[in-house]
Amino acid sequence: MSTDGALDFLRFANIQKSYDQKTMVVKDFSLDVAKGEFLTLLGPSGSGKTTVLMMMAGFESVTHGEILLDGHPITRTAPYKRNIGMVFQNYALFPHMSIAENLAYPLKVRKLAKADIAQKVEKFLQLIELEDFAGRMPAQLSGGQRQRVALARALIFSPSLVLMDEPLGALDKKLREQMQLEIMRLHKKLGFTVIYVTHDQTEALTMSDRIAVFNDGVVQQCAAPEVLYEQPANAFVADFIGENNFVPGKIVGLDEGMVRIEIAGGEEIIAMHSDCDVIGTKCRVSIRPEKMFILPSEHTFANKITVKFLARLYVGDYIRYFFELPDKTEVVVKVLNDHEAPKFGEGDEAHLISRRKDCFAFAVT
Amino acid sequence: MQKFPAYYTIWHKLGVYALKYTAWLVLFFLIVPIVVIIPLSFNAEPYFTFTRGMVTLDPAAYSTRWYDAVVTNPNWMLAIKNSFIIGFFATIVATVLGTLAAVGLSSQYMPYKRVIMALMLSPMIVPSIIVAAGMFFFFTKFGLAGSFVGLVIAHAALGVPFVIITVTATLSGFDRSLYHAGLSMGASPLKTFFDVVMPLIRPGVISGAMFAFVTSFDEVVVVLFLAGPGQRTIPRQMFSGLREQINPTILAVATLLILVSVAFLITLEFLRRRSERLRGLEDHG
Ligand SMILES: Nc1ncnc2c1ncn2[C@@H]1O[C@H](COP(=O)(O)OP(=O)(O)OP(=O)(O)O)[C@@H](O)[C@H]1O
Ligand SMILES: [Mg+2]
Repeated sequence: MSTDGALDFLRFANIQKSYDQKTMVVKDFSLDVAKGEFLTLLGPSGSGKTTVLMMMAGFESVTHGEILLDGHPITRTAPYKRNIGMVFQNYALFPHMSIAENLAYPLKVRKLAKADIAQKVEKFLQLIELEDFAGRMPAQLSGGQRQRVALARALIFSPSLVLMDEPLGALDKKLREQMQLEIMRLHKKLGFTVIYVTHDQTEALTMSDRIAVFNDGVVQQCAAPEVLYEQPANAFVADFIGENNFVPGKIVGLDEGMVRIEIAGGEEIIAMHSDCDVIGTKCRVSIRPEKMFILPSEHTFANKITVKFLARLYVGDYIRYFFELPDKTEVVVKVLNDHEAPKFGEGDEAHLISRRKDCFAFAVT
Repeated sequence: MQKFPAYYTIWHKLGVYALKYTAWLVLFFLIVPIVVIIPLSFNAEPYFTFTRGMVTLDPAAYSTRWYDAVVTNPNWMLAIKNSFIIGFFATIVATVLGTLAAVGLSSQYMPYKRVIMALMLSPMIVPSIIVAAGMFFFFTKFGLAGSFVGLVIAHAALGVPFVIITVTATLSGFDRSLYHAGLSMGASPLKTFFDVVMPLIRPGVISGAMFAFVTSFDEVVVVLFLAGPGQRTIPRQMFSGLREQINPTILAVATLLILVSVAFLITLEFLRRRSERLRGLEDHG
């Protein structure tokens, strides 16, 4: 993390937003963003990510709550006085201005001297490696080039905060990956704070210092990518980020800060827990497919479950095994494709094992 | 002989020919009354018909006497001057107000959009005699009847709907995020409007202005009601000319009007294309 300043450089204090005075699109959004941090808002479509970004930029009003930038409330500041850079999904380059004019615009607005403007534009054109395109019109650039210009235009006036709403959504996969690296490079080099919106979790996991998983108008969990992936705070996060098996069960005991869960077939799993620890209540245990291992023969390890083999799917670099529990719950296991990958016949019994700290019990809602 | 696809029956072919000749016929009837005016305006005789001499292209049958009549007649000269003055100011007023209205009506926060839009477009839909009569009674109360200001206001009101329609059409293709982009870079809403929105909707504004000018230029009903003797416009003068002294002077004026309109259209089309190109919509290859 390249954070070097205040930990609450940008603060959302209990933000609420309603478009129609009836339904709350954003219910209670509270979050602190550190200076220089790359924070991603990740959430399913319609979860309110764009709405939050628009409130930050000032294009939408805040129904309730306060946004503080560097300690100053900005909720009632006009958008053009906020000094926040913005990158739009559709680039939003001014079609009637050349690339150089587009880059110069925010500087012209700030009434910089002509020579300074020219010099800065030159520098940023170099930064995005489009020196030879200064005189071109946006329509004459490819999608990736346009987005690079949009990026440079949002950064050229040195805003301390830059908002990006799915900036790579319109690009193909290869270009996306290139641009991800490009954005990360610029972020490292220039040290601005980024709020990045995406619904592509791979993008979020690879680029961010922290990810705020957003759903139902609330932040479900805000943490570093590893933490989010390895210690999901609730069932939504566990399900939304990556792939997960959900095994239903019942809490039968507490064990050194963990819970003991009896699953179908009578076996027990010991798991981490956050929102359920009452003996006798129902819960679901989430275990990632790559955190389960197939035992070569029967052992009496803890956290072992006995399943029936269903099918095997050859993917290439790994193999997916499909098993089922006595109650027909499907369990997927991912095994790296090496020579040890086991073989089963349909209906064969198999034994799976997982570490306690990779199993998470969540309350059934 | 036209090439038809092999599967065409005789009826297909007849249909194609029928369509083709009907189209030519319609075009003919649209254009000829306009085109025929031009040679007739050079008639040496005070008739609205081609003389034997004109048909045989005898130079003596042609003259510019009706043009001289226009130029030397103070009534005509006044009418021409009035038409341009009223048209010019009415166009400016209509363009500014119509553009502002269109921008406001395209805002997502504007309430009662449809009702307001319908009201503003009504001068275009309501029969002009009703508009004219209404304006006459209304403007008289304010002493605006029989004045240039009154005519400019009246013609501006008639031109506004055209501007609203053309500007709204260009705005509907306008990407709101461009406006947001301008604001995010620190430009005030007004500056963003002039730097970003205006250049991009200019083709619509120009077309609207053109329609507004033409509307004022050939408007006769409102002028009949509102204009005093000092504010006679070209159509008004033609109207009385038709009743009082039937001679080809009118045709000379009409020819001049046609030339002005064509020049006007070409200029504006040129401007429109240029700003369309500036908009970056054209492919530069
Ligand atoms: N201008 C608006 N007026 C009314 N409702 C709106 C408006 N903009 C968004 N909404 C509603 O607010 C909710 C959140 O929308 P938002 O655009 O913030 O979602 P999002 O997380 O950005 O989704 P996506 O990933 O699809 O872009 C949606 O239910 C949407 O219908
Ligand atoms: Mg969105």
